[in-house]
Amino acid sequence: MLRFFLGRLAILIPTFLGVSLIAFSFIRLLPGDPVMLMSGERVMSEERHAQIMHDLGLDRPMYVQYFDYLGNVLTGDLGTSIVSKRPVFDDFLSLFPATLELSICAIIVAMCLGIPAGVIAAVKRGTWFDQSIMGIALVGYSMPIFWWGLLLMIFFSGYLQWTPVSGRISLMYFFPPVTGFMLIDSLLSGQAGAFKSAVSYLILPTVVLATIPLAVIARQTRSAMLEVLGEDYVRTARSKGLSPWRVVGIHALRNALIPVITTIGLQVGVLLAGAILTETIFSWPGIGKWMVDAVFKRDYAVVQGGLLMIAGVIMLVNLAVDVTYGFINPRIRH
Amino acid sequence: MKKISLLLAATALASVMATSAWSKTLVYCSEGSPEGFDPSLYTAGTTFDASSRTAYSRLVEFKHGSTEIEPGVAESWTISPDGLEYTFKLRAGVKFQTTDYFTPTRELNADDVIFSFERQIKADHPWHKYVEGASWEYAAGMGFPELIKSIEKVDDLTVKFVLNKPEAPFIANLGMDFASIMSKEYADKLTAEGKVAQLNQMPLGTGPFTFVAYQPDAVIRYKANPDYYKGKEKIDDLVFAITTDAAVRAQKLKAGECHVMPYPNAADVAELKADPNLTVMEEEGLNVAYLAYNTQMAPFDKPEVRKALNMAVNKQAIIDAVFQGAASIAKNPIPPTMWSYNDAIEDDKYDPDAAKKALEAAGVKDLKMKIWAMPVSRPYMLNARRAAELMQADLAKVGVEVEIVTHEWAEYLKLSSDVKRDGAVMLGWTGDNGDPDNFLDTLLGCEAVGGNNRAQWCNEEFNKLVKAAKQTSDQAERAKFYQDAQVIFKREAPWNTIDHSLVFLPVSKKVSGFVQDPLGIHRFDGADIAE
Amino acid sequence: MSSATVKTGHPSALAEFWYYFSRNKGAVLGFAVFVIVLLLAVLAPIVAPHAPSEQVREKLLLPPSWMAGGDASYLLGTDAVGRDILSRLIYGARFSLFIGLVVVTLSVISGVLIGLVAGYFRGRVDIVIMRVMDIILAFPSLLLALVLVAVLGPGLLNAMIAIALVNQPHFVRLTRASVMAEREKDYVIASRVAGAGTLRIMFLTILPNCLAPLIVQATLAFSAAILDAAALGFLGMGAQPPTPEWGTMLAEAREFIQRAWWVVTFPGLAILVTVLAINLMGDGLRDALDPKLKRS
Repeated sequence: MLRFFLGRLAILIPTFLGVSLIAFSFIRLLPGDPVMLMSGERVMSEERHAQIMHDLGLDRPMYVQYFDYLGNVLTGDLGTSIVSKRPVFDDFLSLFPATLELSICAIIVAMCLGIPAGVIAAVKRGTWFDQSIMGIALVGYSMPIFWWGLLLMIFFSGYLQWTPVSGRISLMYFFPPVTGFMLIDSLLSGQAGAFKSAVSYLILPTVVLATIPLAVIARQTRSAMLEVLGEDYVRTARSKGLSPWRVVGIHALRNALIPVITTIGLQVGVLLAGAILTETIFSWPGIGKWMVDAVFKRDYAVVQGGLLMIAGVIMLVNLAVDVTYGFINPRIRH
Repeated sequence: MKKISLLLAATALASVMATSAWSKTLVYCSEGSPEGFDPSLYTAGTTFDASSRTAYSRLVEFKHGSTEIEPGVAESWTISPDGLEYTFKLRAGVKFQTTDYFTPTRELNADDVIFSFERQIKADHPWHKYVEGASWEYAAGMGFPELIKSIEKVDDLTVKFVLNKPEAPFIANLGMDFASIMSKEYADKLTAEGKVAQLNQMPLGTGPFTFVAYQPDAVIRYKANPDYYKGKEKIDDLVFAITTDAAVRAQKLKAGECHVMPYPNAADVAELKADPNLTVMEEEGLNVAYLAYNTQMAPFDKPEVRKALNMAVNKQAIIDAVFQGAASIAKNPIPPTMWSYNDAIEDDKYDPDAAKKALEAAGVKDLKMKIWAMPVSRPYMLNARRAAELMQADLAKVGVEVEIVTHEWAEYLKLSSDVKRDGAVMLGWTGDNGDPDNFLDTLLGCEAVGGNNRAQWCNEEFNKLVKAAKQTSDQAERAKFYQDAQVIFKREAPWNTIDHSLVFLPVSKKVSGFVQDPLGIHRFDGADIAE
Repeated sequence: MSSATVKTGHPSALAEFWYYFSRNKGAVLGFAVFVIVLLLAVLAPIVAPHAPSEQVREKLLLPPSWMAGGDASYLLGTDAVGRDILSRLIYGARFSLFIGLVVVTLSVISGVLIGLVAGYFRGRVDIVIMRVMDIILAFPSLLLALVLVAVLGPGLLNAMIAIALVNQPHFVRLTRASVMAEREKDYVIASRVAGAGTLRIMFLTILPNCLAPLIVQATLAFSAAILDAAALGFLGMGAQPPTPEWGTMLAEAREFIQRAWWVVTFPGLAILVTVLAINLMGDGLRDALDPKLKRS
């Protein structure tokens, strides 16, 4: 098992190097340079431009910049944002919990609704229930979530005024960020109503972000379940007179969940991509919005640092999924 | 470092929390995150709102709601007859803010003033490069490094600026955000602790509000500065809720989640006006949008061709479609709220037939041209692409075929300055200090060709006038020069002046004493809020 | 003899396919909607009541015709510069289908080629190729596409290239897996023994037997491409205005969210319906082509 784990980890190293090279070179290929943007409509003289490029180290040969960058990354230094002039790693750390909180809530919602829906649909295969669940799932799967978010916002925040418009918690509440997770921090603060407020701000973004993973999980659970239900040992159990739900509960579900776990792991990338759109719509202060802003502002340091960190997170989650999968299912450990 | 700042924030928060139950809190839905908290490093209004207009004050200040200058921490000043020496007498007893991260031991004096400016203009100053990539954009843009010969301490409360050449707009420049006064004592303490970057993260000045905490991309909190030299503000807490999307800001304002919001979508203004709980303030912005021809390239080197093209464009239609009417037609290169605006000038009337004839008379046939449209929304031009499409349709009617060109914003700014650029460029300008020089010489002077002068237009007659105005400190005399310069501008038509946008500022009716500022900044000193 | 089997084999395979496909009512519905969208796109100049970029300055932001203040000749209303929304949506269908087609073509061709090479030759080539694919898959696809488009410059063509690039690893993986499964099967070994060349074996012997999962994946990629392109357009990095691409229309309409719901609602609905139709078809295709799920 340890060997399997180390093997997987070893594969990550060249991938990570590749990722860092891509993150680094992409940003050097961007047209226009960030120094020009600093002055806006006001034109900067050539000498000043050259001076600032020099100060930022952007005039050195690419490979020098790359190895320098790589060295810094290994010591935990992702550089300094060209726009805010703050360390990129600090910004990442302070913004990531917001994205993580949103993503975790979304995946929990998706699992809690998606797995039961998939199981029931499989057991009741062909009924109107199955068909409508799968119909809804397919609509969710086909949803342009940026539009979906706007619609929900117009309706629930604008028209009904049930949910707040944007932000993470009502500004009435004010407490130090201990964990960075607003739900936990609001409880820790001990302020009455804070937790409720945090929840109310989280609902719409969570629903929007959960939409696609929910659909995928429901569909995947259903088909995995159908496959298992068709296998001999389940048929045998059934023929022995076990009630269908017992069969499902004891035998089928456990085996069906194995591919579902992989699916959930694969949703991390989907979630982070979704976070880009969701955070943009709801002004959610997370890394998705941070990255989009950085791309538009040509903030070299933030784009490359952010790409690297996000890819790193996805790779680690995939590793965790691989290992879990290997743990549950020893056959793939070779 | 990270831990410590968190801890500091935590204690700061605790102290605020204790009073929050009965405090007066004003919430401002700001349009974006500040780039940092040292205003001299940046150029964005968003940053100024969150730093210089809250935490800091300056030698001289713009009067609330106008472009006129009034004394700030300098209570008076004298200018030598040759216009080269400016001596400022500082107010006595101005206290710096006391925060959890710094307790001042002395009041503001000449050292602080000298520190605040020298760090920006002296390349060998220890604070000149205290953050990576510090470029002191505004000080450079206003020419301070070349302009200022020296800054001398006469005594603790007297400081003298010696200039290399007379510069009439100098006093107005000192009211700008980059001229905010820092605490040298705070800076020295940070140097000693090896935490210089904190100057840009936790501001400390003599302004009306004391910085409390910043959560990136989410919230900035301030409390009223009890030691403010003009007296403590009426509100206790000031909160910036960062909300980048204009439609969302409007939603939040209507839902009562904030009390003031800048930059509403033009499309939302009518609805906001109809809301009984809101007042929508409006004012002509200190800006202009223009289409600059390349006057060095045929056939745009002929004024009659440029004038004919100007006549072919229906500016009112642009204002209707892009601004939903929330802008006024520009006839001069400076906005009407600015002194020296020449209202006697008549605009080129929209007249496609006359334009067609004028083009024929100038011997121009089957003209094909490019129009550059900015890829970003600016206050003076919300949607350049849409405006360009309208111009394209208008010009097609007089037989001119237009191709719309755009580039990524940084590229656009760079390429549009090129003397050999092909096509007319849409761009604009927002005034920095309320001085006409800041438009007329900066954008149309001869030295600006290949730079800010996107029309690449060098007219000696015009240039002489704007240069003369710079050397004079008598305002009436300066106004005369500028008015004449505007006449020449209109005759030569290097630009098609498009619009001055109206700036809307929806405010909750609970808020009183809040004034809209023509300089495009948002300041909360003097504001009060009803429960 | 061989010609006889082809003659009888081919139609019956198609008939079998159609039998399974048509049993799935959703798939048939999806197919019908897709055909309608396709027809609208092809016949746009005839069907659309107005030109997509025609601006009527007296009729800015007209509501849909059934509402008070609506105009019968503008069924779904007009946008901020007085263009007919229905006509823009109809022309927009051209862009969305075109995007889907180009992206799928690009990513299938490149993905299949690379996958064939990796799966057939194995060894070092395979390792390098798969590492590169891992690297691409390590980024969230939309983020990677966003940065790529920023590098290449915003625009429809570049958006399509970027989306194709981030989609193509799926085809590589799928092809490689199928090739590896097929490679050692008897019929491949037989044709190798018979002296068939590498290219012949790769393209004529192995590839046709991996087609079913590729077709299903291509359908999914088609709808994903439309969604991604719309998302990029929404973020301002896809097709540039005034192109009537649906995502770009949505981005332009955002500022009217409070005042004119129709400029926001219809483009999104168009995206949803089209993508849904294609996904329904994709499900039907999978059921019809995947022998494992065919039974019962």
